[in-house]
Amino acid sequence: MTLLKLSQFSCLRDGEPLFEPMDYTLSQGDLVQVVGPNGAGKTTFLRSLCGLYSEFEGSIFWKGAPLNPSDFEFLQHLFYLGHQTGVKKTLTARENVDWYFGLQDGASPQSSEELLARVGLSGYEDVPCQQLSAGQMRRVALARLFGSQRQLWVLDEPFTAIDVLGVAQLEGLIQRHCETGGSVLLTTHQAITLPGVKSWKLRPCIREEM
Amino acid sequence: MNPATLDYNLSNALRASVARELRISTRQLSELFNPLLFFLVVVVFIPLGISSDPALLTKLAPGMIWVIALLATLLSLEGLFKGDFEDGSLEQMVISPLPLVWLVLIKVFSHWLVTGIPLTLLAPVLGLMLFLPTDAYWILMLSLFLGTASLSLVGSIGAALTVSLRRGGLVLSLIVMPLYVPILIFGADTVNSAAHGLSYAFSLAVLGVFLLFALLAAPFAAAGALKISVNT
Amino acid sequence: MNWQWLHRFGSPKWFYEKTGLWVVALGLCSITLLVVGAVWGLGFAPEDAKQGNSYRIIYIHVPAAVISMAGYYIMAIAGGVGLIWRTKLSFIVMRAAAPIGAWLTFAALFTGAVWGKPTWGTWWVWDARITSMLILLFLYLGVIALQQAFQHQDSADKTSAILALVGMVNVPIIYKSVEWWTTLHQPASIKFTQKSTIDPSMLYPLMIMFVAFYAFYFWCLLRSARAEILRREQKTAWVGEILMKGSR
Repeated sequence: MTLLKLSQFSCLRDGEPLFEPMDYTLSQGDLVQVVGPNGAGKTTFLRSLCGLYSEFEGSIFWKGAPLNPSDFEFLQHLFYLGHQTGVKKTLTARENVDWYFGLQDGASPQSSEELLARVGLSGYEDVPCQQLSAGQMRRVALARLFGSQRQLWVLDEPFTAIDVLGVAQLEGLIQRHCETGGSVLLTTHQAITLPGVKSWKLRPCIREEM
Repeated sequence: MNPATLDYNLSNALRASVARELRISTRQLSELFNPLLFFLVVVVFIPLGISSDPALLTKLAPGMIWVIALLATLLSLEGLFKGDFEDGSLEQMVISPLPLVWLVLIKVFSHWLVTGIPLTLLAPVLGLMLFLPTDAYWILMLSLFLGTASLSLVGSIGAALTVSLRRGGLVLSLIVMPLYVPILIFGADTVNSAAHGLSYAFSLAVLGVFLLFALLAAPFAAAGALKISVNT
Repeated sequence: MNWQWLHRFGSPKWFYEKTGLWVVALGLCSITLLVVGAVWGLGFAPEDAKQGNSYRIIYIHVPAAVISMAGYYIMAIAGGVGLIWRTKLSFIVMRAAAPIGAWLTFAALFTGAVWGKPTWGTWWVWDARITSMLILLFLYLGVIALQQAFQHQDSADKTSAILALVGMVNVPIIYKSVEWWTTLHQPASIKFTQKSTIDPSMLYPLMIMFVAFYAFYFWCLLRSARAEILRREQKTAWVGEILMKGSR
């Protein structure tokens, strides 16, 4: 099934397109890497798919209908991980994870211990996040991914600040997600070793200097 | 993967959000004490700068307490959405299925709980220092109770509009202060009337109506502003 | 419903091309009316029995005050239209309206002070209308400050539009509260809110000045909106052509 369809899509900045208009389709089971040089607008592109950036031209379709980014149904299928992960430093790892699932899934506080154990944070459940390292903070954010039931994962640089073992584990998770009918859109600067990666290229518009 | 379930439990989402906001507010106690301290220090400045004559201070007290409460609230507003904007929580809130208006209401409520309520509770002490007639204490507290809630609500619009600005504090004050005029007028008048033994019912009622109006309208404006502010 | 016409009307290029003649017409109209109204009002209208000649400043003060108020609504409504229908032009109009409105508000305050000195013997009085005017000026300046604070045009436009709309809802509340406030604090010696009848010989030039100020306002609005269009669309081909023609 087709999840996302882009037609003549380009993000704008101050009215100017950031990259050349493109047409792509994302189906169930697809793993897509968004590639392009620095400044081509990879982050902006991912944000615009999530409704976090509204200056664009062309159209996006979600399951065949024009995408409304504040649509309740769409938001229940979307997982987004940005540069800023939304992990609050004054809260503990457990509180962060519980808040996330409460807000995003309407779930009651569950055993976040298991999820935190899977990202290697056993024993850190009740430590305020400001006492964790940058990599561990990232892992708190990734713990959400391990518990996520959502169909479309939009991951902006998910491999940042995690070690080799963590990367392998995350790759495994992404692969499993695609095999079971989910789709993943991601950007990364690291070479990913997963089979069947498609790539969407953003070709920056050449700006005429005035 | 499991088919995504559509039974989103609203009350769980609200409970999780309220719990988070209250935890964050209570863990940053400096944010609770700083506006209070500001409130207290400025009150000390009044006799120092004007006169320590009790008769004059009695006259000035209602307006002064209200002006300072307003400024103290204004100072605390910048942080209302800033932390969440900087660490990415705000994005997660915008893309969560829970309508943003609810989240704004929850955030404003917890902001009021740590600024408006403490200011209200501290007010009699300031009344004492400025020789406010003791009869007016309860009314002072009641007017601040209603008024500071309106201040937080109206201020949340300004905070949402300026959250993405690097140094938005001054712009925030500039855009919010004119909107505070009605609250100041009726808040100060309530206390003034009470201090002079006049009827304060009308002013107090206006404060209440204003609060109701702000409660119905401000969260929508703030939520709209936040959606624009995450567009970076 | 088909909103195509709105988007066509909202296109800066279309607007720029259609309003070329309007600018000239409005300009001529406002200057003629301003001259006629000013000469009549300042030179030929009779002297006021109580205030003498100083009352003549109402020919500037009253139209400026009324239009600065109307201008806030024009600005806010333009912003609201932009937010709802995403038309580029509305934000351009809004951007142009803010400084013009602020200047008119300032002019009303200034002429009020100049009038106040001979009439009440003081430059400033905490009168309901003057105080409201001052707060209106702050509202305008807030919108301008917000427009200036953002690097991105889109954020600047949308946030200031929300602020203007919030301000628009608040303006009547602010006016009512300030009015109520002065009934408490107004010293009894100064009274000028009383209704007084105005002689037709004084009224006609005032009406001309009203029309003249409205024409002047829209002239300024159109001129600065057109300049703003050129600034924003400077990278497009059609503006390039206009600039080439101009520099030849």
